[in-house]
Amino acid sequence: MDFVAQLTLFVLAIFLGVELITKVPPTLHTPLMSGSNAISGITVVGALIAAGSDSGLLINVLGFAAVVLATINVIGGFMVTNRMLAMFKRK
Amino acid sequence: MHVSQNWIDIAYLIAAVLFVVGIKGLTKPKTAVRGNLLAAAGMGVAAVVTLLNEHIVTYEIIIAGVVVGGLIGAIMAKKVQMTSMPQMIALLNGFGGGASFAVASAEFFRGSADNTVSIIATGAAVLIGAVTLTGSLVAFAKLQELIDGKPMGFPGMKVVNAILFVGSLVGIGYLVVNPGNETVFWGLVAAAMLLGLLLVLPIGGADMPVVIALLNSYSGVAASAAGFVMGNSALIITGSLVGASGLILTSIMCKAMNRSLTNVLFGVMAEAG
Repeated sequence: MDFVAQLTLFVLAIFLGVELITKVPPTLHTPLMSGSNAISGITVVGALIAAGSDSGLLINVLGFAAVVLATINVIGGFMVTNRMLAMFKRK
Repeated sequence: MHVSQNWIDIAYLIAAVLFVVGIKGLTKPKTAVRGNLLAAAGMGVAAVVTLLNEHIVTYEIIIAGVVVGGLIGAIMAKKVQMTSMPQMIALLNGFGGGASFAVASAEFFRGSADNTVSIIATGAAVLIGAVTLTGSLVAFAKLQELIDGKPMGFPGMKVVNAILFVGSLVGIGYLVVNPGNETVFWGLVAAAMLLGLLLVLPIGGADMPVVIALLNSYSGVAASAAGFVMGNSALIITGSLVGASGLILTSIMCKAMNRSLTNVLFGVMAEAG
């Protein structure tokens, strides 16, 4: 992908992100933060590619660390968000 | 089995749509649960399709990492007390930033950063990822009362922070001119990690939720920068999406607490420095 195409995606996604969040009731502040934190675990995509590239010990170690950290972020993130939201429903 | 990059990118587009719909859902009480599930489904799509990437030649490390990370993440999510949620999010967010930092480092040592754009993107991912990592760990430690929740600082802290930040930028500039210099790279890593610590230490426990929201925005930007290094649309789109929406959420949370963001970030530093 060339740089201009990358930059286009970057800029448009920023505008989309700004427009996406408007009024959020205070009770949803923490779950929304938690959910978007889980989504920022998208870096797992980069981690998987680095870990599977088999290009030397240092990169294998960094790749493994990246996959472990990103997976904790993703799995933990979506699970705690779900737990928080389940609590609200019971009330 | 490897498929054409076009199909992978289409799957990434589907994942991005699921994230957008998911975040939108999370802003309303009625649709919040569904929003979270849609976002999780998007992550599943993005992760699975990535396994078909042509650059992945071995799966042992991936499987080991996913099993270890998945178990730790699931146990943490099950065990955590509801009252400890803010520090849990801080910790998870720190791990996310750490992951982007590790990805960018792996790309640096693989020699992928071979042109100006990818070197700057690598430097940005390392800088922002490492700041997110150590900053979130401080936020976690303060809320968990592992360290004193009171603002901590020393005279001249602002100046030290400015030097660390400008020094990091100079380091990245040096790497553009002399790609592959490992000493400068590790210097950048050290400066960024220290900067993360120093930025969050002077902030009091009560303001921590706002800081965590801001660090969450940072981790999105770090992921996006890693996407520029790898030429990966999923990372660029989703990272910048979270970066921008996280910033808006940060400002909404500030308003709800009757605080200004500048006040949260620099208010105490002025007193200390």
